[in-house]
Amino acid sequence: MKPKALVLQAHGSNRDFDVMDALTLAGADPTGIPLNELRIAARNALFRNFDLLVVPGGFSYADALGAGKLLALDLASYFADEISAFVESGKPVIGICNGFQALVKSGILPDRQNDNQATLSFNVQGHFECRWVNLKPVSQKCIWTKDLSDNITCPIAHGEGNFQTTELFPISSFIANDQIALAYIHADGSPANGEYPINPNGSILDIAGICNPQGNVLGLMPHPENHIHMWQHPRHTRGEHSGSGLKLFENGVKYATQI
Amino acid sequence: MPIYHFVVRFNHFDPRSSGILSDARALGFQNLLRMECQDLYFIEGQLSQEDLQQLTLKLFTDPVTQSASWMELPAPLAPPEPDTVILEVALRPGVTDPVAEQIVRAAHELGFNGVHHAATGQRFLLTFDKSVPVRESVKESVYKLVANPVIHHWTIGEITPSFPQETESSGTVEIISIRNISDNELLSVSKDRRAALDLTEMKAIQNYFHQEQRDPTDVEFETIAQTWSEHCGHKTFKAKVDVESPNGNYQIDSIIKTYLKSATDKINAPWVISAFVDNAGIIDFDDEFEISFKAETHNHPSAIEPFGGANTGVGGVIRDVIGVSAKPIANTDVLCFGPQDLNPNTLPEGVLHPRRIQSGVVAGVQDYGNKIGIPTVNGAILYDEGYTANPLVFCGCVGLAPKGKHVRTPRKGDRVIVLGGRTGRDGLRGATFSSMTMDAQTGEVAGASVQIGDPITEKGLIDVIVRARDLGLYTAITDCGAGGLSSAAGEMASTIGADIELSHVRLKYPGLAPWEIWLSEAQERMVLAVPSENISNLQKLCDTFDTELTDIGEFTGNGRLVVRYNESIVVDMDNEFLHDGIPQRQLKAVIEKPILEPRVLEYPISNIKETLLNLLSSPNIASKSSVIRLYDHEVQGGTVVKPLTGVEADAPSDAAVIKPIGTRGVKGIVLSNGINPEYGKRDAYKMAWSVIDEAIRNAVAVGADPDRIAILDNFCWGDPLRPETMGSLVEACRGCHDAALFYGTPFISGKDSLNNEYLGADGQRHAIPPTLLISAIGIIHDINKAVTMDLKAAGNFIYLVGDRKLTVDGGQSVPDVHEKTPQIYRVLHKAIQQGLIKSAHDLSEGGLAVTAAEMCIGGRLGLETNLTSNLFTEVNGCLLVEVTPFNIPVFENQFASLPFTKIGTVTTEPILKLANIEIPVNELVHAFHHSSFIIHPSPL
Repeated sequence: MKPKALVLQAHGSNRDFDVMDALTLAGADPTGIPLNELRIAARNALFRNFDLLVVPGGFSYADALGAGKLLALDLASYFADEISAFVESGKPVIGICNGFQALVKSGILPDRQNDNQATLSFNVQGHFECRWVNLKPVSQKCIWTKDLSDNITCPIAHGEGNFQTTELFPISSFIANDQIALAYIHADGSPANGEYPINPNGSILDIAGICNPQGNVLGLMPHPENHIHMWQHPRHTRGEHSGSGLKLFENGVKYATQI
Repeated sequence: MPIYHFVVRFNHFDPRSSGILSDARALGFQNLLRMECQDLYFIEGQLSQEDLQQLTLKLFTDPVTQSASWMELPAPLAPPEPDTVILEVALRPGVTDPVAEQIVRAAHELGFNGVHHAATGQRFLLTFDKSVPVRESVKESVYKLVANPVIHHWTIGEITPSFPQETESSGTVEIISIRNISDNELLSVSKDRRAALDLTEMKAIQNYFHQEQRDPTDVEFETIAQTWSEHCGHKTFKAKVDVESPNGNYQIDSIIKTYLKSATDKINAPWVISAFVDNAGIIDFDDEFEISFKAETHNHPSAIEPFGGANTGVGGVIRDVIGVSAKPIANTDVLCFGPQDLNPNTLPEGVLHPRRIQSGVVAGVQDYGNKIGIPTVNGAILYDEGYTANPLVFCGCVGLAPKGKHVRTPRKGDRVIVLGGRTGRDGLRGATFSSMTMDAQTGEVAGASVQIGDPITEKGLIDVIVRARDLGLYTAITDCGAGGLSSAAGEMASTIGADIELSHVRLKYPGLAPWEIWLSEAQERMVLAVPSENISNLQKLCDTFDTELTDIGEFTGNGRLVVRYNESIVVDMDNEFLHDGIPQRQLKAVIEKPILEPRVLEYPISNIKETLLNLLSSPNIASKSSVIRLYDHEVQGGTVVKPLTGVEADAPSDAAVIKPIGTRGVKGIVLSNGINPEYGKRDAYKMAWSVIDEAIRNAVAVGADPDRIAILDNFCWGDPLRPETMGSLVEACRGCHDAALFYGTPFISGKDSLNNEYLGADGQRHAIPPTLLISAIGIIHDINKAVTMDLKAAGNFIYLVGDRKLTVDGGQSVPDVHEKTPQIYRVLHKAIQQGLIKSAHDLSEGGLAVTAAEMCIGGRLGLETNLTSNLFTEVNGCLLVEVTPFNIPVFENQFASLPFTKIGTVTTEPILKLANIEIPVNELVHAFHHSSFIIHPSPL
């Protein structure tokens, strides 16, 4: 049986079909369901039927009041019980770009025990940017990045991807807890060290993605779902092929089949 | 009811201020030292202190980066620092404010049911240099940087927001007496109602109502004026034209029929599914799918309110594609602006600075395309002084649909259904409302006439309509564009007839007269014909995707268009008269001799290196990457050849290649464009040939099959009543016809924007440069064979294919096209399919030297050539291609009967050698990316 993935379609999600393609290729059986169709009494049972939960990229609610902010309200209020149960069950959860913003602003990431400690703010450059980046899978706790040996190349497309924490927050705890899932790196694998555009948005510690302390919830700004075919690589006409974004989804799907 | 305002500020870094500050500096406001930007939210409602605190925390702030305060209005401002001015800006009443709508929705979801209305605004803290006395006029100009009086009102100190009021319309209908009035009186009716109808047209209306034995209502008159407008009726393109040319005089009966449609008919390509009939042109993709393509202009709105104008331009063309039941999969945009370094003091009164127009337009394109989730994959930006007061904004959209699913025939008894946004005064008689006198702070709904887009509402339309199409829920569909409901419902009912009740139309705010409801150009609306039994299923889809559905009437089958307001009839007209009753215009055209002097290069040829570096950093050639990266060109995951390419992804692609997700196999779509206002000024006929060649050659360069390319025409011209302007339009159309036949490339759709005129420094009206945009859509049979323009490997050979002798110098001002060009493209295509071509790049502005330089930039490799002359001359039909030594015999054999020259070798050492001059590639890169005209993205 293929693991079943629930892709939450908010008003304004737009990379929902992209991630469904990636999940299908990775061996899952994804279903996109508009949030409004989930506003039903029996939603708890519905969520329980799924093995993976995906919050895709886009501009939910037009980014009104901040990227992901109003979707975060849905996740933290209306769907709080279902999301909470899903996270606690240990099943794989992934939020990409706008989905990541929503997971952070709803307090699910980086740690549900510690609300309002982190955010995704405006890019240091002050504007939206679409470009390809290189990512190093770091965390061995995160079920999505664990044992990934190759770096990932994929695009970013965001204006608010600058991962920041409050001054009081001990940022080193991310390292200690192995919560840094993905970091921006140079093509040769060396750390970006905040250098633009290798680190495209100014995130602290070059953070591109983080996971929760349990390791089953991953949030990331870049779009590995847009690099699942050889021909998507920006230098495929130069013989550089990899489709390296797919590995991340294969990892998550594989994990879902095992639990 | 009390009104509260919330002020939200960033604790440290405010990302918006630096952009505005740099704009201010560039426009010469050196006195502005500092600026801080804060967000304002307003809520009208009954709220406790606890509610206010929770709203601030949960809705309005990011607790990590922002802090906030709230107060009940009026809230006197604390006196600012002596050199600081507090300026507050809010939207004018009736201007679309999607954030406000979301605030109310989210507050209710959180249980704050006391929230009645919301509004948004911004506060700016401006600090001026106290050592220099600040003139009020300077302050005024600075305010104009952060506010546009067309959509904003602003004040020093505290602003009072305006909230949407409960909806009710006025219902007033006027009868316009036209049956028994003189010719002069007829003309003044046309003038008073800004109908832009001439005497012949007014008399046709008079005759019709004589037959009807009554006078028209204002709704009827406005409907006719709209339907017969240049914008909807294309009177100029359908006119009978008396042409006076150096080669004798002749008459043309409709330039669109004679030149454009006839070319498509003569070519008769079996893969063209729909040309010039639907909202968009449609061609075959594969056995399962068809693709549609349309490009529109939104020039005048973009000149007045650049963000909103471009924003709704993108939204409008996307609806054209939804209107052929397709899912939009790619956007294109071609933009023409005045010089970015224009001295602000030389700007004509009431004209925004080109820099501000550019940043607003680019932000508008970015906002709509990115939010709706359609990749922006191809485009161009051009600069010319002629565009200073008349920027051009061309927006294109490609759609994908399963074959045979687009239905076009409403049936008797079907309901007339409006989907999407609400109706306001948006776009009514556009130009008149946008005049400066609109700046009255009267609280009337003036700003509402300017259109602001709401991409997420349109996203809902796509979600609903694609599903409704697959379920077969409707029998016909069209978008609400120019002319609003009158045009959309009117066209759908043009043979079958309809009975419509205007009081059912949902409104944004009260007070609209019936004619305003009927004519409103409010965005994000579609009209569908839906059988009654399908309404409930459609309603379910609409509920899921937060889209409003309104039933406004019925298709009757009696051939008449009847429109009511509260049951009383306000329109009752014969459809045939409305749609075919317009008298054909009679126009005069004078064809002037082409300008023959060769175009003078602004750069001395004496120094090749300096000339090349200057060209690379000149505004029209320099990298546009700072704009391209603001557009999401990856969403939907189908972008095979991206707008930026090469080792560092910083070189310009010739065309985009898209693999539509959801299609099987390896086929793809190629998108490219051709445009050249410089040639347009000289010889409109040859300009048309050149831009068609450019669009095709760009498409072929990446791998499109030259026998599977279709094109769109977009004409932006001056006033066609001036015979010379009409003459150049006739010549351009004739060029389109001849070139289309020459290449076997059919037109599938087109659009014109006329009367683009500006007042020059000499006090005279001038037309913009005659500007024809050709947008090409082609098929690539295997996306894995796509070719990019970056040099691939040292040791490969570079060939010039095509004949470079036909240049702009040698007594010509616009280059010819070599007679064998179509064969060259076919052979090149075959070579690409065989994998013989490692890179290809076309010769365009700046000639061979610029092409070679860009290829070096793309590959970060060198190129050694044996060429010594004509390095910068412009030609048509030529490309540079890269071939491996192994493939040379096959390649040369295939081109044996065609013009080609081996011109050089790719080298590891990153140096471009031209005529024994060595130019390091890093200098080329630097020049290309560090133009003094670098584009500054608008702040978030």
